[in-house]
Amino acid sequence: MEKRVLFRSAWLPWLLIAPQMAVILVFFFWPASQAMLQSVQAEDAFGTSTTFVGLDNFRTLFEDPAYIDSFKITAIFSVLVAVSGITLSMVLAVFADRILRGALVYKTFLIIPYAVAPAIAGVLWIFMFSPSIGVVTYWLRQTGFDWNHLLNSGQALTLIVVAAVWKQISYNFLFFLAGLQSIPKALIEAAAIDGAGPLRRFFSIQFPLLSPTTFFLLVMNVVYAFFDTFAIVHATTEGGPGRDTAILVYKVWHDGFRALDLGGSAAQSVVLMVIVVALTVIQFRYVEKKVQY
Amino acid sequence: MVERRPGLTFVSHLVLILGILLIAFPIYLAFVASTHTRDEILRVPMPLVPGAHMVENYTAALTGADTQGARVVVGRMMWISFVTAMVIAVGKIAISLLSAFAIVYFRFPFKKIVFWLIFVTLMLPVEVRILPTYKVLADLNMLNTYAGLTVPLIASATATFLFRQFFLSVPDELVEAARIDGAGPMRFFKDVLVPLSQTSIAALFVIQFIYGWNQYLWPLLATTSEDMYPVVIGIKRMIASGDAAVDWNLVMATAILALVPPAIVVVLMQRWFVKGLVDTEK
Repeated sequence: MEKRVLFRSAWLPWLLIAPQMAVILVFFFWPASQAMLQSVQAEDAFGTSTTFVGLDNFRTLFEDPAYIDSFKITAIFSVLVAVSGITLSMVLAVFADRILRGALVYKTFLIIPYAVAPAIAGVLWIFMFSPSIGVVTYWLRQTGFDWNHLLNSGQALTLIVVAAVWKQISYNFLFFLAGLQSIPKALIEAAAIDGAGPLRRFFSIQFPLLSPTTFFLLVMNVVYAFFDTFAIVHATTEGGPGRDTAILVYKVWHDGFRALDLGGSAAQSVVLMVIVVALTVIQFRYVEKKVQY
Repeated sequence: MVERRPGLTFVSHLVLILGILLIAFPIYLAFVASTHTRDEILRVPMPLVPGAHMVENYTAALTGADTQGARVVVGRMMWISFVTAMVIAVGKIAISLLSAFAIVYFRFPFKKIVFWLIFVTLMLPVEVRILPTYKVLADLNMLNTYAGLTVPLIASATATFLFRQFFLSVPDELVEAARIDGAGPMRFFKDVLVPLSQTSIAALFVIQFIYGWNQYLWPLLATTSEDMYPVVIGIKRMIASGDAAVDWNLVMATAILALVPPAIVVVLMQRWFVKGLVDTEK
């Protein structure tokens, strides 16, 4: 799309885009190209010389069981976060859509977790589930269930999933609510006149018409689980116990900054870039479809 | 509502109230913990109603008095978070307004390439270029500075696209009218375009303020000295010493202090927040 009427100047547009271009060239493109370069290089033990090693870093990476495990953990983690987050917030949104009285109050409470930083969310949840002093740990123990996420990797994963879902519920809820409110009332009314009950109306009208929103949220939740949950993991389990909650983003950081494995970390960055590109493409395919729909 | 079903309405309220209780409980518990002494919290199970030590705990957290081990001054950290969030929000809006203006209202060589360069940054979040970006920052001597905390986060493809989208919807007649009245491009930008964009600016501000305030990975890389930690990083440092040694009362007071400013922004600017969220994802 273009404007018919344009201003004419040889230097002004360059001046206007200069700040943005400066920032993205220095802090986006230069580092990204460095990551790609480093991913095909190896550095000697003293960091004095580098040699070109082709795809060796990638080969080492994919032969490393720890990296494959990290991939699996990330996959399980993101499926759990996306599915449970979407289900919960869809339920809340469907009920909130019915309510007239007090709707604003409910909505206000439901959007607050969005404002809470992921790291703070993590801290709130480990406080409740702390093996020694946590209230929820105490309650679970009363019912005979022994909770210790420092030792049990399944419980550690549950903890980060719960914290991540809690934080993301507001986002999902707002999109579902907007989606439900854009469904024409006439459709629902016609179904009601034909004798369809609320449950039937939900499954035959609202749920199918929400499918573009649901698909969009699925992609966004996977992106969120892949990239925005570093803080939750770092603030709660630190990838533990062992390496059982070290999701991909956590591993890039850990290998780069703690283990100081430059080539390996760069190769992991490149793999992540490929994943982002794939997810972005999926997201835009969806946008195109939505326009036709 | 389509039909009256008092039973179902009751169930709806019940489900929503349950949902809210579940969602609010972690925050409520943090608040309760922030009003007790450390020993009261360590006594399992901890009390579930607020105690009498709220003022001391918050004063201690804010001024850094009485903490064991690392002295963490939350007042200072909140200030850093606030400055960072404001600079990121205002900076992003400013540079995106300017570049969107250039892209929509001017014809210049390589415009397509410029547009694509901005677009591609969507695919390069900090998480995928951690180490090299850190190196650039170190080479530019920007570690532990406000500039280091903010400038690399200021570029935003989403904000640029949002403004571009909006500018494209502004009628061409306005430009013609401005031209006839003898206004140059910058005058048109300042007196027509920016005032028209007010709602989009407000919506973006809410989203970006929260984005800036809640940053974690980037400040973790860009700061090494304690007096430049934003509050989100500081709280992690406070719990690093393990269960028994942690001053949970102060940690929870800090958590509450850290979540109140963005929560206020979201609640007070709810209308723009929802618009911003929906628009930036389009």
